[in-house]
Amino acid sequence: MDPLFLSRLQFAAATFFHFLFVPLTLGLSLLVATMETKWVRTGDKTYLRMTKFWGKLFLINFAIGVVTGITLEFQFGTNWSRYSAYVGDIFGSLLAIEATAAFFLESTFIAVWVFGWKKLSPRFHATVAWLIFFGANISAVWILLANGWMQNPVGYVIRNGRAELESFTAVITNSFGWQQFLHTVSGSFLVGAMFVMGISAWHLLRKSNVDFFRRSFRLALPLGIFASLFVAVQGHFHGNEVASVQPAKLAAMEAHWETTDHAPMHLLVLPDPEDERNSMEFIKLPSMLSILAYNDPSATVKGLKDFPEDERPPVQLTFWSFRIMVGLGTLFIALMGWAWLKRNDIENQKALLWALLLAIPLPYLALQAGWAVAEVGRQPWIVYGIMRTSDAVSPAINSAQVWFSLGSIVAIYTLLGITGFWLIVHYAKKGPKAA
Amino acid sequence: MDLQAIWFFLWGLLWAVFFMLDGYDLGAGALMPVLAKNERDRRMILNASGPFWDGNEVWLITAGGATFAAFPAAYAAMFSGLYTALMLLLFMLILRGVSFEFRGKVESAAWQRTWDWLHVVSSFVVALLLGVAFANIFRGLPLDEQGIFQGGLLTLLNPYGLAGGVLFVVMFFLHGALWLGLRTDGELQKRSQAMAEKLWIAFAIVLVLFLAYTAVETQLFSNYLRWPVLLIVPLLAVIGLIATRTFLGSRRMWPAMGASALTIVAVTFFGIIGLFPALLPSRLNPGWSVTAYNSSSSELTLTIMLVVVGIFVPIVIAYQTWAHIMFAKPMGDEDLDHEEAY
Repeated sequence: MDPLFLSRLQFAAATFFHFLFVPLTLGLSLLVATMETKWVRTGDKTYLRMTKFWGKLFLINFAIGVVTGITLEFQFGTNWSRYSAYVGDIFGSLLAIEATAAFFLESTFIAVWVFGWKKLSPRFHATVAWLIFFGANISAVWILLANGWMQNPVGYVIRNGRAELESFTAVITNSFGWQQFLHTVSGSFLVGAMFVMGISAWHLLRKSNVDFFRRSFRLALPLGIFASLFVAVQGHFHGNEVASVQPAKLAAMEAHWETTDHAPMHLLVLPDPEDERNSMEFIKLPSMLSILAYNDPSATVKGLKDFPEDERPPVQLTFWSFRIMVGLGTLFIALMGWAWLKRNDIENQKALLWALLLAIPLPYLALQAGWAVAEVGRQPWIVYGIMRTSDAVSPAINSAQVWFSLGSIVAIYTLLGITGFWLIVHYAKKGPKAA
Repeated sequence: MDLQAIWFFLWGLLWAVFFMLDGYDLGAGALMPVLAKNERDRRMILNASGPFWDGNEVWLITAGGATFAAFPAAYAAMFSGLYTALMLLLFMLILRGVSFEFRGKVESAAWQRTWDWLHVVSSFVVALLLGVAFANIFRGLPLDEQGIFQGGLLTLLNPYGLAGGVLFVVMFFLHGALWLGLRTDGELQKRSQAMAEKLWIAFAIVLVLFLAYTAVETQLFSNYLRWPVLLIVPLLAVIGLIATRTFLGSRRMWPAMGASALTIVAVTFFGIIGLFPALLPSRLNPGWSVTAYNSSSSELTLTIMLVVVGIFVPIVIAYQTWAHIMFAKPMGDEDLDHEEAY
């Protein structure tokens, strides 16, 4: 296999694995900071125990998230050196700002938080928890502005054989990046909320530490409701932007082949990219795709056939990832609604508690699917419309080198994944320390 | 100075700060089997660096990010050329990072020994690889006219590259021993200080030999011959070295640590100044070198990044200094009883 394919595989493996840990960091840090603030405000010891219990799970997850992030920054240079040289002027500076303005904050203060329990006043210690939350989320802003630039390049000129920065303001106000940020962060808040609610459900089913976990559940519930609704509504507007900026991605997301106005949507579709059609289309909603894409029932939606074949993203992967994401998003709203209705008697709702427990992995799946839509749907471009992925790979590397690094990454990450998962389950089951 | 030159020295400064900070926790980690006699000692060594190693490592991310932002072509040539070495470095950093977090999470001697072992090996290999990589940059890489690396992993394992590896290992060992002499207590502290005295002699010898070898093997001295006033930088390294020994002798550990930090920064800058204006000199043809001028970003990006770094780096230095002051005292048993300790 050639270094290009292997490098893509490696980047995908490293990103998806890293992204198993980032969302929980973003979402759970908010809940832990809230718990600690409640402790400082009320002096109620249960909130302190909550902070420590959920904080421990947060730390195990955080450690893996951090170490797996390091390889990503350097992979641009190792495997994608042509890309790095071509867009470093803009993309590189966003990564550098992320490190300087956010990652330092997060990494320094997480250690202060862990080791500073006796050295800082409770109020200051709680402030540090908020700094960690802001550091992590500001990181996400810069990373997604960088990714947003790859999706919708703005503020540049092609000069001296590369993309050069022309307007920094355009780059940091790129609404595509901000939409991605809002979508990813609200999805991540949902991961955090479901994590807390699901683990609480496990303990409530066993009637262990009922008060502690009922309160944990109640604390996470509003965030879960807000995030599940927000991510869906905002996702619609993000979809509008995809439709206008990356019409080929939208067509692949919907397996939409022919350019039509009043484009309908089908609830059941089986794409057949070989024959450039769908082998099955059921339950037609007239004009729905035009409405979803452009908020206008008569709008024309460009079909895949009107894109040159070498400018179409892989249809199956984009289409199914999108279906998984949207399907799960709908499910989360229903689940959160159910949880809200039964919130006052949660410890006796066996079916709901089981559903919450089993739902823990689902927001992760939705987020990974969302990333597949964003990244696979952008292909064959690494920077949409400017640079193809196949032109971005390093000329200096060979297959043997990438086989070695890919194999090692898979081996090490598997080890980390199993260990981290096992530790999280172990400490989650163990429950909080006695008061 | 023009923007490219300013960024060249900022680039050097970011690497120097990374070596100065992560150097002590890498050194301390690698010294564990030599200095620790029991479980308490091992935990002491890990917790000595506990509040800092993560923040220290971000300087590497920032140094890498700054290379990407300010000198994209150098970033591309450096990391794709040093592919396998860099991957090894990253894997070691991953294992090292989680070894801090994982080792104390399971009550099992075998589990803890495994993570300790990974911690020691990874700390050592990271120090070694950083030295090998930088010595090879000082020596020049086989770069063709497009900045593409014409060599393999073995190209890097030349005698001078390995000498750089030894230099970094001993330098970080000394820095780490001083750190443990500062933050631990009792017998472990005394052992660390005694070890630092021995390592000081080793480092002084290695440093002199390395400088002599550098004169033979590299072009680094040509800038110094042209502008002899720059010799103040290697002189600072020597002053730092002597001050380290003086303070260590009177067991003033923070000043000793500071003097050692000065040595590391000066040693790094000795190389950086010698390289200027090349970030990556080409051994095949000096005209093919990747320099601050042929690899830099646009003036606009360099200016904006200068503003960003000018605002945030002082803030980062302020809160990291504050964190170091907060955990400045030697640890005792109460620091290990603390439930979040490693």
